[in-house]
Amino acid sequence: MNKILARTQLSDDVYMMRLNAPYIARERLPGQFVILQLDNEFGERIPLTIADADPVEGSITIIFQAVGKTTHNLADKQVGESVQSVLGPLGQPTHIEKFGTVVCVGGGIGVAPLHPIVKGMKAAGNRIIVIVGARTKGLVILEEQMRALADEFIICTDDGSLGRKALVTEPLKEVCGRIPKPDMVVAIGPPIMMKFCAEATRPFGVHTMVSLNTIMIDGTGMCGGCRVTVGGQTKFVCVDGPEFDGHQVDFDNMMQRLKAYRKHEDHAHEQCHLNAELSAKEKVNS
Amino acid sequence: MSHSSPETLAALARQELEGLVKRTTPLTPKERIAITAQEMPTQDPAIRRRNVQEVALGYTPEQARLESMRCLQCRNAPCVQGCPVRIDIPGFLKAAADGDFQGACSIIKKNSLLPAVCGRVCPQETQCQEHCTVGKSLKSVDKAVSIGRVERFVADLERESGSAVAPTIKPATGKKVAVIGTGPASITVAADVRRAGHQVVMFEAFHKPGGVLVYGIPEFRLPKAIVQKEIDALTGMGVELKTNFVIGRTRKLKALIEEDGFDAVFIGTGAGLPKFMNIEGENLVGVFSANEYLTRANLMKAYDFGRADTPISRSGRVAVLGGGNVAMDAARTAVRLGASEVHIIYRRTEVEMPARIEELAHAKEEGVIFHLLENAKRLIGDKDGCVTALECLRYELGEPDASGRRRPVEVKGSEFIHEIDAVIVAIGNDSNPLIPRTTEGLQTTKWGNIIVDETGKTSIDRVYAGGDIVLGAATVILAMGEGRRAAASINERLK
Ligand SMILES: Cc1cc2nc3c(=O)[nH]c(=O)nc-3n(C[C@H](O)[C@H](O)[C@H](O)COP(=O)(O)OP(=O)(O)OC[C@H]3O[C@@H](n4cnc5c(N)ncnc54)[C@H](O)[C@@H]3O)c2cc1C
Ligand SMILES: Cc1cc2nc3c(=O)[nH]c(=O)nc-3n(C[C@H](O)[C@H](O)[C@H](O)COP(=O)(O)OP(=O)(O)OC[C@H]3O[C@@H](n4cnc5c(N)ncnc54)[C@H](O)[C@@H]3O)c2cc1C
Ligand code: SF4
Ligand code: FES
Repeated sequence: MNKILARTQLSDDVYMMRLNAPYIARERLPGQFVILQLDNEFGERIPLTIADADPVEGSITIIFQAVGKTTHNLADKQVGESVQSVLGPLGQPTHIEKFGTVVCVGGGIGVAPLHPIVKGMKAAGNRIIVIVGARTKGLVILEEQMRALADEFIICTDDGSLGRKALVTEPLKEVCGRIPKPDMVVAIGPPIMMKFCAEATRPFGVHTMVSLNTIMIDGTGMCGGCRVTVGGQTKFVCVDGPEFDGHQVDFDNMMQRLKAYRKHEDHAHEQCHLNAELSAKEKVNS
Repeated sequence: MSHSSPETLAALARQELEGLVKRTTPLTPKERIAITAQEMPTQDPAIRRRNVQEVALGYTPEQARLESMRCLQCRNAPCVQGCPVRIDIPGFLKAAADGDFQGACSIIKKNSLLPAVCGRVCPQETQCQEHCTVGKSLKSVDKAVSIGRVERFVADLERESGSAVAPTIKPATGKKVAVIGTGPASITVAADVRRAGHQVVMFEAFHKPGGVLVYGIPEFRLPKAIVQKEIDALTGMGVELKTNFVIGRTRKLKALIEEDGFDAVFIGTGAGLPKFMNIEGENLVGVFSANEYLTRANLMKAYDFGRADTPISRSGRVAVLGGGNVAMDAARTAVRLGASEVHIIYRRTEVEMPARIEELAHAKEEGVIFHLLENAKRLIGDKDGCVTALECLRYELGEPDASGRRRPVEVKGSEFIHEIDAVIVAIGNDSNPLIPRTTEGLQTTKWGNIIVDETGKTSIDRVYAGGDIVLGAATVILAMGEGRRAAASINERLK
């Protein structure tokens, strides 16, 4: 049982929570994640990146978007309530060292897992260029925190409601075209965004690291459900990743695999909204 | 094979036993051999295809006694030689034949901690029952005394009647032992070490304890409540259980000894790394490892549609690659999830199949279709990346290989297509590398199995290992036997 110590809503559907998890807080490094489960009998196990940790308090921070049943139910939990299971820290930590200039690209909720990496890269003495993108202004998260860490900060939205009206790939290409070119790119966001970031940097030959968000069950290498094709070889995201060389990842296969259970998920999500409406009505009626 | 109802089997047994108990002179060996071999009552195949309840229903007391009376009490007891933990088989069968079921259970428990589990899942036909004199004289291992079924009966009776006596625990020693994993090897170590008066903490990566007994072997073959009872017995003895705790990540193995004050550690982390075939198309949508498929179904309860949040593929035509227990479990689970056709594809013949005979028979009764001497060459998908077909090759049997089984040889140019909607790869598991990778100085074989000496000790002082992580994917009883050995060494070390 892991108690919820704090809960904040960051945007329309993005939430930040601090959970009691002393062991994980002590061991975790940037780039690692947890697997969380709300109900041990019938609940689903979902992976979420550890956005931050406080080893003294014994807590970890998660930032998540309510996209389906489990994340919605998690968002409904209040301070003082508990999450039944939290397992971690899982995955390989980010390889952090002084590369020189590092471009950190975050799309949508991807800014959450990117934040600890930016912090680490900054602390290692890199010059940091941050590119943050979102569909619209209301969906931008952690803007201030990212701005504070960046030596150069670029923000763009699809609809132009904040910053530049562009997709993140546009400024990314510009930055890669500079002389000298950046030494490294880290791109985290929806799979389609990571795919196009990798395509954008490929002609410039800038090493591009992406963090993959495949479907997972155990998170310890036991099931192979999280497997992806990287450089023609099968890799398990939970133990070999989650970070990989974006130029080697078969994104199309990964995106197809993410849709494997779409029908079931949509149904569960719908049910969860229906139930919420019903219970809201019941409350009004009683 | 026609299905006899449990009621019929019970009535026949009652009659036959009545005749026998009236006798005043002891039965001759000939008469014992003439007693009807007792069939295991099962759920009707047509019904069980649609539920996850246990298939084998267990003997009635009369059946258990009759089956036990078939035992000739051989002086040299060849069955015991075949038993990996050397249970006194004629001894417990004699007690059961006399109707002393509690006594029979006590005899088994001297050597085996988990009779209700082993009675259900041991491959008896290649262990004790293979050597049974009765089977030999009737020229069929199927006709051997059903040692496992009697074992199951007496263990179930003890559990259900609540007559098991709690083991005595020696006075506290102040020593502390960490047990990693909660499969059969670890359960055995925890019990034996705790009995010696040491404090025991078990660490399990999953949210539920039990190892393969819980996440792999399906409910219809091993009810989870039975495993939970064994875990409850451990916690009842004062064993502490930490779930959602993965050693190597949440805490490093060495920190357990160097910082957390554990005096010894047992590694029983199993063989949890699914093997794939490394063929084209294996990462298409609709292709699963048996581990993933079975974990979704068993541990995450995906069969409970509407209640469980974890989804599972319920595709029409399912192909399962492999011929072991894991393949049978996956195939029979697919049947229960509503697949229209389930095909097992195996590159040797039925004789070489490593699955328990009973599972093979049950799979056939449930309508699983067997394709022998075939193997997948590549998987074919549609434009959305979903698997639609399996290209196979035909095989022939060649010379025997190292395992003594005849080596399958592909027939060149024999490619053909099976149209399918899902593929489950069940060709085995390797050892999980997580602990070796995060523990400096822990020696493994080139296959990743942890190396131990004859006492179960690893290359690191105070660290022991056993079960599938040492043997490679093996059996429950061997895991238990290894646990026994390691526990004895740990108890000796901590004296
Ligand atoms: C290593 C890793 C780190 C992640 N970090 C974060 C994070 O920090 N914040 C965040 O909001 N999300 C993160 N995700 C994604 C998050 O796990 C999914 O959004 C979540 O599982 C959705 O669950 P659901 O029941 O609410 O939605 P569902 O209705 O189940 O699914 C909605 C969408 O999420 C995807 N999804 C479903 N189940 C999983 C699963 N088990 N794993 C991955 N994706 C899944 C589906 O493909 C679908 O597109 C991460 C994923 C991975 C693999
Ligand atoms: C589907 C299937 C069917 C089978 N059928 C039969 C059968 O009919 N008869 C038979 O005799 N055998 C059968 N087997 C084999 C048998 O189940 C195994 O040999 C046996 O369970 C091995 O026991 P174990 O204690 O070594 O490990 P396991 O049962 O594998 O348990 C290991 C446990 O350790 C946990 N773990 C792993 N790494 C860590 C870590 N780093 N930290 C914490 N915990 C960790 C795992 O989550 C798991 O719970 C079957 C196996 C499978 C997969
Ligand atoms: S070999 Fe068969 S008949 Fe002989 S003692 Fe063992 S079980 Fe009884
Ligand atoms: S989530 Fe099961 S192997 Fe990665």
